Amino acid sequence: MAITSVKNLKEFSTSNERFEGAHLLCPGCAHSMIVRELMNCTDDNLVIATNTGCLEVSTAVYPYTSWDTSWIHIGFENAATAASGAEAMYKARKRKGTLKDPDASVKFVAFGGDGSTYDIGFQWLSGAVERGHDFTYICLDNENYANTGGQRSSSTPIGATTSTAQAGRVSYGKKEKKKDMVAIMAAHGAPYVAQLAPNKWKIMAQGFQKALETKGPCFINTVSACTTEWKFDPKDTIHLTDLATDSLMFPVYEIINGHELNILYRPKTIVPVEEYLNAQGRYKHLFKPENKHVIEEIKKGITETWEMLQRREEARV
Amino acid sequence: MRGAAATEKRGMRELGAEKLVGWDEVTHGVVINSFEGDAANIASLTSEERIYSDFNSYTATVASWRVVKPVYNRDICIDCQNCWVWCPDTSIISRDKQMLGIDYDHCKGCGVCVEVCPTNPKSLLMFIEAEENDSALSQWPEKKKKEKE
Repeated sequence: MAITSVKNLKEFSTSNERFEGAHLLCPGCAHSMIVRELMNCTDDNLVIATNTGCLEVSTAVYPYTSWDTSWIHIGFENAATAASGAEAMYKARKRKGTLKDPDASVKFVAFGGDGSTYDIGFQWLSGAVERGHDFTYICLDNENYANTGGQRSSSTPIGATTSTAQAGRVSYGKKEKKKDMVAIMAAHGAPYVAQLAPNKWKIMAQGFQKALETKGPCFINTVSACTTEWKFDPKDTIHLTDLATDSLMFPVYEIINGHELNILYRPKTIVPVEEYLNAQGRYKHLFKPENKHVIEEIKKGITETWEMLQRREEARV
Repeated sequence: MRGAAATEKRGMRELGAEKLVGWDEVTHGVVINSFEGDAANIASLTSEERIYSDFNSYTATVASWRVVKPVYNRDICIDCQNCWVWCPDTSIISRDKQMLGIDYDHCKGCGVCVEVCPTNPKSLLMFIEAEENDSALSQWPEKKKKEKE
């Protein structure tokens, strides 16, 4: 059955799956929840490009593909470029009248992990957004290079231990703060930029729909809990994402036209961030007495960000 | 092996069992088709109505990854579809707003569906892979009463 409304979950569940099982992502990986949701919330034909990363290597293991749409396998950095190229070609052929089905509604989507979005593909993404192609870029943010063994990326938050920024006698893990990618993309003047989380399925599906409908380049940062590198039990993916959004470690918000900021989810009771940190192996060392100051710093960062978001929402700047 | 038996029944192949073409024989820019024939309106077809090609991972199985499996109890289920929306492996089969069961060819046994199930007792529970579904259903726990202070 065709699906356009995501008002209630029963309606939503009549959507036909276009992301097949037997991909090789880890059990409990949030990547596939996000991808499934994107493909279920629309009936349009999708052209998807994917940066190299967990998602790409696990869903296209030769000879299999898990994608029921047009899907382009591309390099580490250039999913945004591939999507914008495909979009430009589509527009040109539409103008020349050489399309097989000119009335079909086609949407262009690019997926990337945080490594390929925040670091390696940053320049390509920035270029594609500046050129103003009509596509949606979705970053699956799991805060490290999970595909290659959990190296530090510029998305890794302060205090987390990774294989290249390890906690031990001398260090408490990564010392630098997380890059604010959402603000950077909003500063490009993109018409729709958002940070969404899979545990809030309705907000996420509505955000995806908004991004697909919006003309022009849209950027969405999604929180994708990584069972392997964050070190928690696969069954707790949704519980951990709940803790992430409720402790305001990942505020859920959107920015329209670079200045209209709306907070999409306000937790009824704000969970202490220690609960979120304690649920993961990568923050275990922060609870030693000598590392207490890092938790204080994380708390300070969260309060500052939340205040900034609320002020921006009020002032519309 | 349980997974292999299920695979044979549905005409599927175990991952890695097929004869592969070597990398040298694959041309650059190779296209893999997910479906046989025309795939224009795939979003309007359910998986039973589609004609999958041998390259679609739907025809493969990851059943051998499982150590524990979810078992579904129809009698308690309220069709809230929480398990459907959060299943990472497209393994919850839902048609016409009703939950039908679990796709044991694609389930990896992560247990997310059990965690998000809101009923009391849960209508999905994890059992070890060797347990038969009927015997699992007979051991279902009773409804838990809320403890009053």
